[in-house]
Amino acid sequence: MKRVTLALTLALAAGLSAQAADAQTLKTVKDRGMLSCGVSQGLPGFSSPDDKGNWTGLDVDVCKAIAGAIFNDPSKVKYVPLSAKDRFTALQSGEIDVLSRNTTWTISRDTSLGANFTGVTYYDGQGFMVKKSLKVNSALELNSASVCVQTGTTTEQNLADYFKANNMKYEVIAFGTNDETVKAYEAGRCDVFTTDQSGLYANRLKLANPNDHMVLPEIISKEPLGPMVRHGDDQWFDIVKWTLFAMVTAEELGVTSKNVDEKAKLENPELKRVLGTDGNFGEQLGLTKDWVVRIVKAVGNYGEVFDRNVGAGSPLAINRGLNNLWNKGGLQYAPPIR
Amino acid sequence: MSTEARKPPPQIALKIRRILGGKAGWNGVAVQFAFAAILGWIGYEIVSNARTNLENQHIAAGFGFLRNNAGFDVNQTLIPYTGSDTFLRVFVVGLLNTLVVSVVGIFFATLIGFIVALCRLSPNWLLSRVGEIYVEIIRNLPLLFQILFWYLAVLAALPNPRQSISLLGIAFLSNRGLVIPSLIGGNGLEPFLAVLALGIVAALALRFYARRALFQQGQVIRIWPYVLGLLVGLPLATMLVAGLPFTFELPQLKGFNFAGGSRIIPEFVALTLALSTYTAAFIAEIVRAGILSVHKGQMEAGSSLGLSRGNTLRLIVVPQAMRVIVPPLTNQYLNLTKNSSLAVAIGYPDLVSVFAGTSLSQTGQAIEIIAMTMGIYLLISLLTSAIMSVYGWRVSRSLGA
Repeated sequence: MKRVTLALTLALAAGLSAQAADAQTLKTVKDRGMLSCGVSQGLPGFSSPDDKGNWTGLDVDVCKAIAGAIFNDPSKVKYVPLSAKDRFTALQSGEIDVLSRNTTWTISRDTSLGANFTGVTYYDGQGFMVKKSLKVNSALELNSASVCVQTGTTTEQNLADYFKANNMKYEVIAFGTNDETVKAYEAGRCDVFTTDQSGLYANRLKLANPNDHMVLPEIISKEPLGPMVRHGDDQWFDIVKWTLFAMVTAEELGVTSKNVDEKAKLENPELKRVLGTDGNFGEQLGLTKDWVVRIVKAVGNYGEVFDRNVGAGSPLAINRGLNNLWNKGGLQYAPPIR
Repeated sequence: MSTEARKPPPQIALKIRRILGGKAGWNGVAVQFAFAAILGWIGYEIVSNARTNLENQHIAAGFGFLRNNAGFDVNQTLIPYTGSDTFLRVFVVGLLNTLVVSVVGIFFATLIGFIVALCRLSPNWLLSRVGEIYVEIIRNLPLLFQILFWYLAVLAALPNPRQSISLLGIAFLSNRGLVIPSLIGGNGLEPFLAVLALGIVAALALRFYARRALFQQGQVIRIWPYVLGLLVGLPLATMLVAGLPFTFELPQLKGFNFAGGSRIIPEFVALTLALSTYTAAFIAEIVRAGILSVHKGQMEAGSSLGLSRGNTLRLIVVPQAMRVIVPPLTNQYLNLTKNSSLAVAIGYPDLVSVFAGTSLSQTGQAIEIIAMTMGIYLLISLLTSAIMSVYGWRVSRSLGA
């Protein structure tokens, strides 16, 4: 039903407004006093509400960082939980300003949806989870298995490719939401649950006996996850893109949420540029001079965000791996702020 | 004084004027045309505006995507389908899945509905209470909840494939569904089918003849032994002559699942169960109302003729009740078809799930896909109600005669 409503909104928005692609997202957000951010319906570590309804996670922190940069208040975010198949329509129709929902960057999504990816917040890859009692050690032993998957994801397509490429048969059961998929896997409807590997670890925590299940070693795809914004508003695109870069740059320079005020006082030229005591890069973005300080105060640097939500400081305990900084063996790299 | 009869105005022009303009005459026609023109203009504006805006935002538009490769698999397909087929084929696959669950659901809903209605009307205290409790419980619980209940109940009650329940060693029941032997055509298939078709035609002709004899001469002809011979005996005889029409492929446990045989997936079972039991509760009330609308005297007349209660119901009461039953029954059939879109909650690959869900998300072409889906549901509903109208018309015609 929600999908139909969204499609109708989109049809009306596209049909009735003379100019739907207005370049006014920042102004709209400021007038509203709230950032409207599309998140998942509950994926621990990335975006999930706790028992008091507060959203936490890596994707949520991206929303908070943007709100922090604009309003100097990370709480000014309205979270819109979206299923995998509703997410793009919600962005197209203008219901949300930014989609931060573990979404894989692909060329078709970048070119045909009327939206742009702004960067990569998490380098992921698709994996498989099985019950230990099946005694399976490799994904190549999964011939004729039943596989539970969430519908409308790149995962669903990679799955088809992988089994076809390896000449294996399988049965796919596709569910609308992540929770339904996990529930069916737990009920024994399928042998295998597949999604991005981070999601496997996150979902394993939801199962009754996490230790009865194991993640297979194979990674069958590249899944660079990142936020998306609508086409046609370059300023807004820049803001979201550079918010991510600011978080990475802060980590690179050792700026954390605890020491940001002291660092701002140092006579280091690069720190002065980044933290806004020198130059006016923030104002050129349409923000304020101290935009990086605001972001770091709101959520911390990229490393802090990673550790708190999915890394060592979280129940998921995922290694930094590909998501480490470029100078520490990972892929996280930000263009210079100068 | 003689008055000449005025020449009547030309009938055709008059008719056109009445159809188009109603009582307002030619003025009315002008207003109608103006109104239609304005509607058309608004429609055109919306479509062309949408087109430009989608283009400006670089959102792909048009129906070209239907020829693209879908790249995902579907669990239950009635026609051959693989991940390298097109989105158009996904559409057909989803549509067929929706139709099959609707048709099977409608069949069982009608059956259960009639049985429950007769239970409620039964003079037996226990039976009528059971019927009443069924109706009150089922129709007052949300359908989505019932679908999830059946799905999880069905799944939880069944073992995994390796411990599946064997039915005589040829069919297996597990939480992957019911696996049954599949039929593979053999040598005797063609003569068998030909003889079977011949038998059906002959049986129908026999029935037609017997009914005519009954209505015109009041002659009762016992035809069932002949029909049985035609439908069972004759094909059996052909089988002896021409050889077995089918061979069976038995399912075998290989690895995780059964290989070979045909499979009914648990999602289908759960959805059909939920839809038919839910709709049956409403149908039961409609049938009960229809039967109660027939005057009590008809029942008494039947029993004074010496007919049993069952025969009175079948021959006298129900045919008259049908006139009242058919229109609301059509509503229930339409509801069932549309409610089948709740399938997405349990992973049954119906039209909404695979086309308005997965395909939409893969292509991002919300407007085209939602429009197509709405259009096809409208078409299914209109067809269903057209069929039911024809049936209703036949019922009232036979009563009027």
